[in-house]
Amino acid sequence: MLKNRIIPCLDVKNGRVVKGINFVDLKDAGDPVEQAKIYSDGGADEICFLDITASNENRNTIYDVVEKTSKKCFVPLTVGGGVRSVEDINKLLNCGADKVSINTAAVENSKVVIDSSKKFGSQCIVVAIDAKKNGDKWEVFTHGGRNNSGIDALEYAEQMEKNGAGELLVTSMDRDGTQEGYDIDLMSKISSKVNIPVIASGGVGNLDHLVDGIKLGKASAVLAASIFHYGKHSVKEAKDYLDSKGIPVRI
Amino acid sequence: MNVTIVDYKSGNISSVINSFKEVAKDKVTIEVSSDLNKIKSSDKVVLPGQGSFKSCVDALNKIKGLTDTLNEFAITKKKPLLGICVGLQMFADVGYEETETKGLGWISGKVSKIDNQKGKYKLPHIGWNQINIVKDSKIFKDIENNSHMYFVHSYEFLPNDKKVISATTDYSSNIVCSVEKENIFGTQFHPEKSDRIGLKIIDNFISL
Repeated sequence: MLKNRIIPCLDVKNGRVVKGINFVDLKDAGDPVEQAKIYSDGGADEICFLDITASNENRNTIYDVVEKTSKKCFVPLTVGGGVRSVEDINKLLNCGADKVSINTAAVENSKVVIDSSKKFGSQCIVVAIDAKKNGDKWEVFTHGGRNNSGIDALEYAEQMEKNGAGELLVTSMDRDGTQEGYDIDLMSKISSKVNIPVIASGGVGNLDHLVDGIKLGKASAVLAASIFHYGKHSVKEAKDYLDSKGIPVRI
Repeated sequence: MNVTIVDYKSGNISSVINSFKEVAKDKVTIEVSSDLNKIKSSDKVVLPGQGSFKSCVDALNKIKGLTDTLNEFAITKKKPLLGICVGLQMFADVGYEETETKGLGWISGKVSKIDNQKGKYKLPHIGWNQINIVKDSKIFKDIENNSHMYFVHSYEFLPNDKKVISATTDYSSNIVCSVEKENIFGTQFHPEKSDRIGLKIIDNFISL
């Protein structure tokens, strides 16, 4: 039986790990390579790096982090943040990333997803959707949550599947950093709309939220940052808890 | 001893390289090459594969003499070869991803899209699934039945001779996830991404 995945996410800025609360108020929390190794040794099903380096001159730091991590961690490694082109994807894959997540570029230029999934295979193309509720629908935001594209998130999800995305990483902008739990409505609606796996993200504050993301949100995988980050919970604790709630996990 | 990972410019093989180097340490030389002479003189060959069946076969054929060299290595000389993911799928006679494409024809059978039962199962089949070992395989030494492996694929290998199947995994049906035919080994899952247990499979292959 296929297991639901738990994916700890590390926000990386200038080669160092930081934690995001509503995308501002950043705190330094260590070396990404060591952090990733702790997670993979602890049973993480995948590791996710989100590069939030702002300046172009420091953009190369992520390649070094990915290269070092991929030599120490032998579980899938997803890297996102600032990915603009097929060439960026190529570089990250060559450094040892297994999947690359594309956010703003997928909105601005649909060719990036189409071309990269053809060139490298859908299995390594994750489209990251930052969605914010507006009335009875959700809109897709870009540029780290700063710009509203006005695009309907559900229609966009369907289009990205058609364009060749292998997975969707769906973040609720309303919940991100709040620790109030995933936007279950958003997750389940997108998951029902597409036939590719959905990774739920944004808002995890406790282990029950992970359970809800899978049971109610119908997500194939759950991504979380802060609950793992400051030692509040280990990945193992999370897995044991999901297991106790009848969710299939790799233990 | 030296093991050559065939780099035929199709998809991302850095994880395969990293994992083999991690396991090999200093005892085995890991080469990454599409040089025909290097492959010929190797003790073992690893054939990775990412992307579509067609793109991988096309990429193999682009390198003049490569399929002949691999044929000679695996079929004539019967030296150990491990195919991973699409590398395994290419053992088949034919694949149906994108368009009908001829495979290497080493293990008779075809590669078809997983029947997702009208959307009941999401595709690609991504994540950790358990393997059901159905016959002793040399690469499963000290691997427990029902171990978890990392999968990512939408197509499955359907060999004609079921005796080559060494493990299956349950996703909408019993999907063939490992084969062994004499000197030819293949895994649909990614041992290089399957944590310590996956590295053990790589170790078993290197230690053959």
